Amino acid sequence: MSGDFVQYAYLLSAVLLILGMRNLGSPKTAPRGNLLASLGMAVAVVATLLIQEVVSYWTVFAGMLVGSAIGLLLALRIQMTAMPQMVALLNGFGGAASALVSSAELLRYARDADASLGGIVPLAIALGVLIGGLTFTGSLVAFGKLQELLRGQAVVYPGQRVVNGLLGLLVLCVTAAMVLDPLSLQWFYGVLALALLLGVLLIIPIGGADMPVVIALLNSYSGLAACATGFVLDNAGLVIAGSLVGASGLILTKVMCDAMNRSLGNVLFGAFGAVDATAGSSGGAPDGRTAKGYTPEDAAVIFSNARSCIVVPGYGMAVAQAQHAVRELADLLGSQGIGVKFAIHPVAGRMPGHMNVLLAEADVPYEALVEMDHINPEFPETDVALVIGANDVVNPDARTDQGSPIYGMPILDVDRAQHVFVIKRSMNPGFAGVQNPLFFNENTMMIFGDAKGMVLKIVEAVKALS
Amino acid sequence: MLENPVAALTILVLAIFVGFEVIAKVPPLLHTPLMSGSNAISGIAIVGAILSAGGEDQSLSTLLGFVAIVLAMINVVGGFLVTNRMLRMFKKRPERQ
Repeated sequence: MSGDFVQYAYLLSAVLLILGMRNLGSPKTAPRGNLLASLGMAVAVVATLLIQEVVSYWTVFAGMLVGSAIGLLLALRIQMTAMPQMVALLNGFGGAASALVSSAELLRYARDADASLGGIVPLAIALGVLIGGLTFTGSLVAFGKLQELLRGQAVVYPGQRVVNGLLGLLVLCVTAAMVLDPLSLQWFYGVLALALLLGVLLIIPIGGADMPVVIALLNSYSGLAACATGFVLDNAGLVIAGSLVGASGLILTKVMCDAMNRSLGNVLFGAFGAVDATAGSSGGAPDGRTAKGYTPEDAAVIFSNARSCIVVPGYGMAVAQAQHAVRELADLLGSQGIGVKFAIHPVAGRMPGHMNVLLAEADVPYEALVEMDHINPEFPETDVALVIGANDVVNPDARTDQGSPIYGMPILDVDRAQHVFVIKRSMNPGFAGVQNPLFFNENTMMIFGDAKGMVLKIVEAVKALS
Repeated sequence: MLENPVAALTILVLAIFVGFEVIAKVPPLLHTPLMSGSNAISGIAIVGAILSAGGEDQSLSTLLGFVAIVLAMINVVGGFLVTNRMLRMFKKRPERQ
């Protein structure tokens, strides 16, 4: 098959991928977008199979078959609450695939005595191995934390920044050596080992609630690694698709950082959420007020006089798998003439858009899900704000207490509602390790217990009253 | 076609700009499907993997290419399918009778 034909096919593939991602921008067109993008991918794969140099079809088809089967199982089996883990894992596989391809190409050059490596290729190989390798191990660590195979908290040790700084410097030097002398494989092995190590060390100091940033960033890296592979193989299709993913991940990374009012550097190196004896003592109830525990029946009484309710879901809703119960409550309240909306904080949950997916799974119509900036002006006119498993994103200290670690983070202004119910397991401080003065407010009613169980009890109590 | 580094970098830079423009408009509602969908697209490394594994010589490179095909294909198939599964769940408010 002629090379020109293949290039045209890649162009078509790139157009389909771009159109697909554009259609992902609205819930109505998104399914079509996903279809277009997968069509684009199919075009690229078929075109590649037709390239003359591809002769070992059995190897290729065997690999595709095994991969498809595993992918199919994953996609059908995964629970929506586990989407962050799935995305983390896929990021890792993408990075690993790119690193493997770059390595394979280098080894091929190294075996061929007449081979000469010039131009941009050595740099591209080095970057493919480096970015792909650290994306792989970094994603595995993120996966381990999300799946709770590893401790979710930030892991810190003395001199961590110095170690990471020195390691970074070492990586730069070894990578430079590899670029200058690519066919001496010792540098390649060095870069590979350092990349794998760096991925682990960069992600272990990052705590659970910062995972949305990490996943978005690793997503971006997996695209950039594919992009580097494109330069290695002289393949424009790879470059275009890879940079699309890279750009998408970078945008999401920025959106997530802005939503916490923190810089990317602070998220990556701030070791936020480490177990820290001094945190947790700040804030709270300085005047000796105590949080008041109430029952689901108390909540039902308040609801019987309410006209409007805003539900604020957090990671606790995902952990308790409470989304269906929450939908049931929302439907019940709606049938009693209470207007119910959902306020979604951009970093609620463990990945961008986590809460939206869970509520969509529970058949909550997406018009009822409102972004932070649009819903905040509505809280003062709202009778009940129902906080389910969210903590730091509703902490008023972020607005007022300059000494608080989360000061400046945009929050949902639930404390301005007439009544606030907070369903929470215990008084343990949230991820940031800071106490939440919301819990001690006059208008706040704490309902202690498992999110799902408590929501179902509120449903029962509301039914009993009506 | 990428021998000329200027042409290659041109493609790279323009593609990144297109990416920014296209994705900046995606609402937070769809951020998770966007991530899993772009996950699938990063499986484009499958193209490189096919070239590595499909070559004539049987060697370590072929083996690495084979593993890369498996991993990239998990990305492509898993990513697109799970995105489709998610997107089908996003529904408008039903017309209540």
